[in-house]
Amino acid sequence: MSAWLRHHRQALSSAFRRLSLLNALVIGIALALPAGGYALLESVRPAGARLALEPRISLFLEPQAPRADAEALGRRLRADPRISAVRFVPREAALKEMSAVQGLREVIAALGRNPLPDAFVITSNADIADELGRLPGVAHVQADAVWARRLAAAARLVQFALALLAALLGAGLVVVTFNTIRLQILTQRDEIEVSKLIGATDAFIRRPFYYLGLLQGLVGGGLALGLVAAALALLNREVGVLAESYGSAFRFSFLPLPEAAGVVLFAGFLGWLGAQLSVSRHLRAIEPT
Amino acid sequence: MVSFSAVAKRYPGGQQALEDVTFSVEPGELVFFTGRSGAGKSTLLKLIPAIERPSAGTVIVNGQNVDALKRSAIPYLRRNIGLVFQDQKLLYDRSVYDNVMLPLAFSAHPPKETARRARAALDKVGLAARERSNPVQLSGGEQQRLAIARAVVNRPALLVADEPTANLDAESAARILEIFLAFNRVGVTVLIATHDQALIARYGRRVLRLEAGRIR
Repeated sequence: MSAWLRHHRQALSSAFRRLSLLNALVIGIALALPAGGYALLESVRPAGARLALEPRISLFLEPQAPRADAEALGRRLRADPRISAVRFVPREAALKEMSAVQGLREVIAALGRNPLPDAFVITSNADIADELGRLPGVAHVQADAVWARRLAAAARLVQFALALLAALLGAGLVVVTFNTIRLQILTQRDEIEVSKLIGATDAFIRRPFYYLGLLQGLVGGGLALGLVAAALALLNREVGVLAESYGSAFRFSFLPLPEAAGVVLFAGFLGWLGAQLSVSRHLRAIEPT
Repeated sequence: MVSFSAVAKRYPGGQQALEDVTFSVEPGELVFFTGRSGAGKSTLLKLIPAIERPSAGTVIVNGQNVDALKRSAIPYLRRNIGLVFQDQKLLYDRSVYDNVMLPLAFSAHPPKETARRARAALDKVGLAARERSNPVQLSGGEQQRLAIARAVVNRPALLVADEPTANLDAESAARILEIFLAFNRVGVTVLIATHDQALIARYGRRVLRLEAGRIR
């Protein structure tokens, strides 16, 4: 093994000896908040993602209107230059689609006959919802985009709040590491002074502290994931009961693997950063006299 | 090996520790620096491993102008100098053996070789049987010998000792001196600061006397 590799191994094992689980836990708890919030948000999002964000307008015809009227209206809509796409949704297809939604199958079965009208789904950037509503045979117009946009905006708001929280607690992580390393440097003052006297380079002296910061961040990130997993497991027990009463199998799911890895790596990076700041500030003050 | 020319050292605050100090030590020499406390012995020795920097003049160690060295080059200068202090600067949170291993931690030697060197150094100062002890369990003389073992474990060509026999009884002091002489016999250049006139007289080596920061 090369000397370089051996020095790094020594620094790492020294960092392992000095790792404080309590400090790592502080970091873990702090990071569990944004990580857990993100997991909750991502679990809810698939339901929202199915709603189109493009400016869509739904045109519902009179119930039981003859199919020929619907086809005539379709031709007229397709000829309109302001409309970029027209999709006809026959009432049979709408019923089938609706039956696929959790919990609705039983409701529809109880009705006995198809209560749904034929419909058109139109994509248009123009503000023509009111005009379309006045067309003959149209019973009701609904501009999906408005509330889909509201939902998306709400999701973005929550996401932004989580990012803000993550930034705040990430800064907290840097501060915690900064202080841990400062205290560690003070306790090892004699060792650092002697090391400088006998010819240790700055890099050699700094290395264990960098590893300590990195390690503390990584372990803290790991603990955060553990806390999130435990909290979600507890939460899902309660959610399970509630969801089943609605005929749904909904559960909060854990962070996707790339995001989970991201949390740990990011925590490690912040730990390293805190150590870097602390070392460059505090180590130079210790010079042999 | 070591050469000072017109070296002055003034501490911040105006205290003049050294003035116009010029001397030269050849490789393989053993030189005593003597003088009262405060005469400048410690300051002079601290200039050699660049613990202090001169205010004027040049200090040359091993052919290198110490004052011209960059901060990052100083560790490499110190690796070639064995330093022994009056307060031994031992680490009391680890064993005698680990104290001696300290300078070997950043050497490029393989672990087997470093272990062998550490034991050899402890053997030379007569502490081979105490390697598992904690330094606090050692007597004053033994602690000083441990400090010497740590100083020589990297086999430096130059040994610098500041009052290595202070606070020691005559017998322990003589033993410490014998160890320095033994290293000197195998070619190590040795610089020792001491105010112990009796000790100096016994060995008949070159003596540089400092008085109020000047060599007399």
